[in-house]
Amino acid sequence: MSTALNPDEHLDGSGNRISPALRTEALEQLLTERGLVDPNVMDKFIATYETAVGPLNGAKVVAKAWTDPEYKARLLAEGTAAIKELGFAGPQGEHIVVVENSDSVHNVVVCTLCSCYPWPVLGLPPAWYKDPAYRARVVREPRKVLSEMGCEVGDDVEIIVRDSSAEVRWLVLPQQPAGTEGFSEEELIPLITRDALVGVAHISAP
Amino acid sequence: MRRDCTGPTRRHARAAAVIDTRAPGAPGLRQKGVVCMDSVADLGGATGWGKVSPPPPQDQDPPFHDAWEGRAFALTLLAMGRVSGQNLDAFRYALGRLDSKSYFDDDYYGRWLNASELMLVESGIIAPGAVDARARANAGESVEQPADPEPNKPDYAPTAAGSLRQVEEAPRFAVGDAVTVVTDVESDANKLPAYVRGHRGVVEAIQPAHVFPETHARFLGENAQHVYSVRFTSTELYGSDAEPFELTIELFDNYLQDKENAA
Repeated sequence: MSTALNPDEHLDGSGNRISPALRTEALEQLLTERGLVDPNVMDKFIATYETAVGPLNGAKVVAKAWTDPEYKARLLAEGTAAIKELGFAGPQGEHIVVVENSDSVHNVVVCTLCSCYPWPVLGLPPAWYKDPAYRARVVREPRKVLSEMGCEVGDDVEIIVRDSSAEVRWLVLPQQPAGTEGFSEEELIPLITRDALVGVAHISAP
Repeated sequence: MRRDCTGPTRRHARAAAVIDTRAPGAPGLRQKGVVCMDSVADLGGATGWGKVSPPPPQDQDPPFHDAWEGRAFALTLLAMGRVSGQNLDAFRYALGRLDSKSYFDDDYYGRWLNASELMLVESGIIAPGAVDARARANAGESVEQPADPEPNKPDYAPTAAGSLRQVEEAPRFAVGDAVTVVTDVESDANKLPAYVRGHRGVVEAIQPAHVFPETHARFLGENAQHVYSVRFTSTELYGSDAEPFELTIELFDNYLQDKENAA
């Protein structure tokens, strides 16, 4: 099982690389013609991650944790179970660990080997999370990378990078912005961004 | 297996610059024998990639930027299990065996597509070159399309759903134990990033036991084992000039040296 594809493959008759769009269409044809895949099942997978499973789920988890101290305690102790209380579970969410950012600690998540990401709470990863530059550099110079991404972390704050190299999936519980004390979950949810739940952004008050 | 840095990954032009930073005596690295990555996917700690772009607002960064990306995503989910008879770890192993163009040049879901093709070819579901031939025929070229091969799916079935398993024996290490990461790995299907190999850390948490990707990816057994979140200082990983931070990574039991050797 050590054969790899030939890097000189995927060329058309003129020697140009065939676009992945055309090759995806070709593979779908080859498999559907033989009844090996059902395009309707594919449509359902796509719709699930375009509409149903996305960062809004994670925002709901965070808003509940900010407004319910008992839920927050459960979330930090047993992340997977506490997240499931809100109905969020599924592929790439077998074991979710939640870590809290504070005045003294800033957690940031990466997967250096691929792009492992907690799908049930955040959906599919954004482009920057899959960028080789992010994967390579955030485990070597996180403060600099975060600054480039617009997330300044003070020198007195300890940075902890979480490299998801196995099946553990990490979710960051960001700091609640000052001035939002007393907000309801419904008022907090629109403020909570995906990027803060991975640890590359702070959340601002409205 | 111990791999030297003139191995197959040298062929990957983009990875070559990276490997040099890992050579013994490279600035800022502790000399602990030759340590280099086993796959094009092992990017952690690599230099030369330039800046990370500031993220756009999430409503301007949808999961799929073009329709084909969603099709490639869905095809992969079906290909890795039902169609090829393989599994998620085999998919990750296939990603890591791609040539550098197939890994980097076709965008993220193109990489998934290419790994799916590799798995489907190896399971005898589609013929080598069949995808290219069909794409070229669709574009109007006159191309002979290869016949379907004889299926050759692996003799594999999971013992349970998902990746988490119960392991009877107690974990070798406790929270707070100092541990040292191995430098040698058994195969190129490993999940041990080069940047932590040979380094000393502390067990921060014992995670649920998982199937072991290195054997699971090659259908050699689930070999479920304990997984530890191990915490390292940046100076341990990159030397005294490193930016100050700490890092945790999940390491399988096989990737930690014996206790007596860890001191």
